[in-house]
Formats: sequence, structure tokens, C-alpha cells
Amino acid sequence: MNKYFEYITNGLIKENPTFVLLLGMCPTLATTSSAINGLSMGLATCFVLICANLVVSLIKNITPEKVHIPVYIAVIATFVTVLQLILKAYLPEIDKALGLFIPLIVVNCIILGRAEAFACKNNALASICDGIGIGLGFTFALTALGLLREFFGAGTAFGLTIYPENYASLLFILPPGAFITLGFLIAAVNKVRGVSEQ
Amino acid sequence: MANLIVSLSPHAHGTDSVEKNMYGVIIALIPALIVSFLYFGLGSLIVCATSVAACLLFEWAITKYILRRERTTITDGSAIITGLLLSFNLPSNLPIWIILIGALVAIGVGKMTFGGLGNNPFNPALVGRAFLLVSFPVQMTTWPTVGQLGIEGYIDAQTEATPLSVMKTAIKTGDASVLDRLPDSLQMFLGNPDAAYGAGCLGEVCGAALVLGLLFMLWKKIITWHIPVSIVATVFILSGIMHAVNPVYANPVAEILSGGLLLGAIFMATDYVTSPMTAKGQIIYGICIGFLTLMIRDFGAYPEGMSFAILIMNAFTPLINNYCKPKRFGEVTAKN
Repeated sequence: MNKYFEYITNGLIKENPTFVLLLGMCPTLATTSSAINGLSMGLATCFVLICANLVVSLIKNITPEKVHIPVYIAVIATFVTVLQLILKAYLPEIDKALGLFIPLIVVNCIILGRAEAFACKNNALASICDGIGIGLGFTFALTALGLLREFFGAGTAFGLTIYPENYASLLFILPPGAFITLGFLIAAVNKVRGVSEQ
Repeated sequence: MANLIVSLSPHAHGTDSVEKNMYGVIIALIPALIVSFLYFGLGSLIVCATSVAACLLFEWAITKYILRRERTTITDGSAIITGLLLSFNLPSNLPIWIILIGALVAIGVGKMTFGGLGNNPFNPALVGRAFLLVSFPVQMTTWPTVGQLGIEGYIDAQTEATPLSVMKTAIKTGDASVLDRLPDSLQMFLGNPDAAYGAGCLGEVCGAALVLGLLFMLWKKIITWHIPVSIVATVFILSGIMHAVNPVYANPVAEILSGGLLLGAIFMATDYVTSPMTAKGQIIYGICIGFLTLMIRDFGAYPEGMSFAILIMNAFTPLINNYCKPKRFGEVTAKN
């Protein structure tokens, strides 16, 4: 049981997809203009990741080696379609805010990377745990990034006003703010993990 | 024999140092500083003093508490220059808290993140200015009229358009007669507190003071002529052609004397750390800055493109350095 628990905790800090593996940079930079957007993008990816990991590990013995990437893409695309239809039906605002980045989860390198590196070599339960760990790690990273950008850029946190917007630096909401904040967050995480300078 | 010391070459030393060059630049900035005090009075003093003090404070605090270095670098003069140049790029009625944010970004993000002086890819003062311009567009583009010397010039100043916004209006409306509102070129060069549309950032209202600083730096061999001359010449020739083709674009002399062009060409593009090392590279760099500035001014969203042009070319500096490597002494090209 400890092994499975370790798969979950691995993804949060030690193998955090955003801060350590530096995967999935495109949605990370583009959808984190607010904490809510970051959180929803993270959870959406988490859902697809868990489902895709499960199915890929179940079909690992019957997948022909030569076409395994197209098979994975088909599996991932199926779950993304399901997710997109659910969001459109029940959470139209989030669907509107994330826009194109929901269909783009199909080509998110975290999901394909975990299918290729983990799910196709491990059993179903381990793959689910890995999906939860990496997915939550991604969600944590995106929410933290979104929260910081929203706080500095608009003076709010999860939509609640903390200080007047006039005093906020608009740049943090704009694309350069994403790069600057992400850089400092990665530096902070490296400090916590004890990675040396050189 | 015991008194003789054996040491490595070089044995003769020109006494050139980081401090000497930095304080030379500060002396060169003094004429423009005095002019800004004469024009904007107390407002200019508040903006300048806050900016310099904040840059020194942040540099000291970051080296001591975050980088934990034993030697502080605030005495080398580079933080003072960053503070002065940042304030030269700000309007004279900017609230103190915005200046503090600008200084924090300039020193914290633009310089110390990369390891301090010598390692920063971008000019720190311009990083601060670009950050403020994008973050606080309203406060950063209201320009107090010159001549309001008292405290009212800081807290409740009358504002007006700069020559650059007049030029932008002419291009947008396609009406060349708008350009008649521009002040006389000689007034723009010498600076005139009574001139209409004489407003601007602290350091850009008087071209003559900046040129005086350039002459001092050339005399003291702090910088070479290549970067400032290639920038100004490129803008002059390009805008001359555009003005001749379509009079909606301002005349070349007005383009050079307006906005931060001279300030940028003389003091910011020539920053040792972020500009190319060889003469050939410096000319390529200067031509590109001149070209980008004019393109942003005439076709971009912002009225002034100098700071963005310099930042863009800062990013290309390593590439230019790589391309313009001087030939090693004695190097022979292999024959086929």
C-alpha cells in the first residue's frame, strides 16, 4: 500500500510536472490569469490524466508496439471529448474562460508522457495513483500560479477583493507576468527541494 | 631578495575600474539632472530621490538577505545609475509607491535575479520602466507641464501632451497640419520651460544637457561613439525618407529631439553589460535599435518605442557578440 501512496505524493513536489519536470508549459502559462482558471484547468487535466492512465494500463498487453502513440492519442481524445461536453453542459463559464485549451489537453505532454513512461508499464491501480499524484501536482502548480498572478495583477484572490485594483500591477495578468511569476515559483520550489545553485 | 614580489601579468595597470566608469556616467548625468530640477522643481526631486534611494535599498537588502553575499555592491555606483535612469524615464508627478515598485522590479527582477551587475541580459532601468508602463498605463502617460516648481507640481499638476503624442495624432488622423503644434526644433534641443508641448519624462526635456553628458563620456573614454551615432543616424535617415514620402510623419530633426531617443541612445543603449563588445557589433545593434524605435513610434500601439527597442536588442546582444567575434591575433583561415 505504501508504494501506491508514494506514487501519489511523488507528483506533488518531488516530480511536480510543472515545477520540476517542466511539462505542459503551454496551458500553465496561458490559463493562469486567475486562481479559478488555474484550478479548473488543473482539475480538467487531472480528470483526463486519471482516466487515460487507467485505460492505457488496462490495454497495455493488447496494444501493438508500432501504433501505441496513435492508440494513446485516441484514448486521451475520447476523455477530452467527454470532459468538454460535460463542461459545456454544466459549467459554461469555465468552458468559455478556458476556451481552446480544453481541446488542447489532447496534446498535453504531461498526459502522453505519463502514458508512455508510467501507465504502459504498471498495473491499473498504480496508474490511477500516478494519475492522481501528477494531476494534483499540476492542479496545485496552476492554482498557485493563478493565485499569485491574480493577487498581484488584480488585487483579488479567487475573485475576492483583497486590495483596490488601482494599486495592482496589470502586467501580472498579461503574458509576461506568467513567465516572470513561473520563474520565481520554480526558484522557490528548487529552494524548498534543496537543489543547489550549480 | 625577500622584498621582491613575483606576480602574474599585467604589471602595469590603467587604474580603470567598475567604480571609476560608473561614477563617470553619474557625472555625465548631472547636467540632465539639473535641467530636470529647473523644469519640474520639487516633483523631480521627489521622484529622483525616491528612485535612487529605493534602488540602493533593494540592492543592499537583496545582496545581504537573499543572496547572502558578504560584500555589498551598493558602493560600485551601478545601483545609483539604475535609480537615476529609472527616474529619468518617469513623469515628475508619479506617486511614490509606483516608483518603489519600479525600483524593486528594476533591481530585483532586472538585475539581481541574474546574479547582479555583469550578468543581467537586460538594462535594469528599462526593465523597471517597461514594467511600470504596462502595469500603470494611466499614471505613466500623464505628463505635468514644465514650470510647476512647487509641491502642487507633484500632487496636483496640470498635464499636457508630449511632442510624441502630437506626432502619433498626426499619423492616426492622417492630418499633417497637426504637426504645426510641435515646438520649434531649437527649443526642443535647448529645452524651454515656456514652450507648449514641452512636457515629458524627467530626463528627456532638454537634448543639450544629454549631449553635454555624451561629450563628457566620450572625452573620458567611458563609451565609444558607435552606438549613439548609429542609432541617431538610422532614425534621421529613415524618418527623413518617410517624411519626404508622406508629410504626416514628423520631420527627422523633431523625431530625434523628441521623447527618450537621445536619453536612450546616449545613456541606456550604451550600458556595458547589455550592449555588444565590438565596434562592428555595436553599429549593427545601433542600426537595429533606430529602426525598431521608428517602427514602434509610427506603426505601434505606444507613442514611444525607444525603451522597447533597446530591450529587444538587449536580447540579441549575445547573438551579435557571437557573430562579430574579432579575429584572434595570428589566426589563419584554412585554405581548401
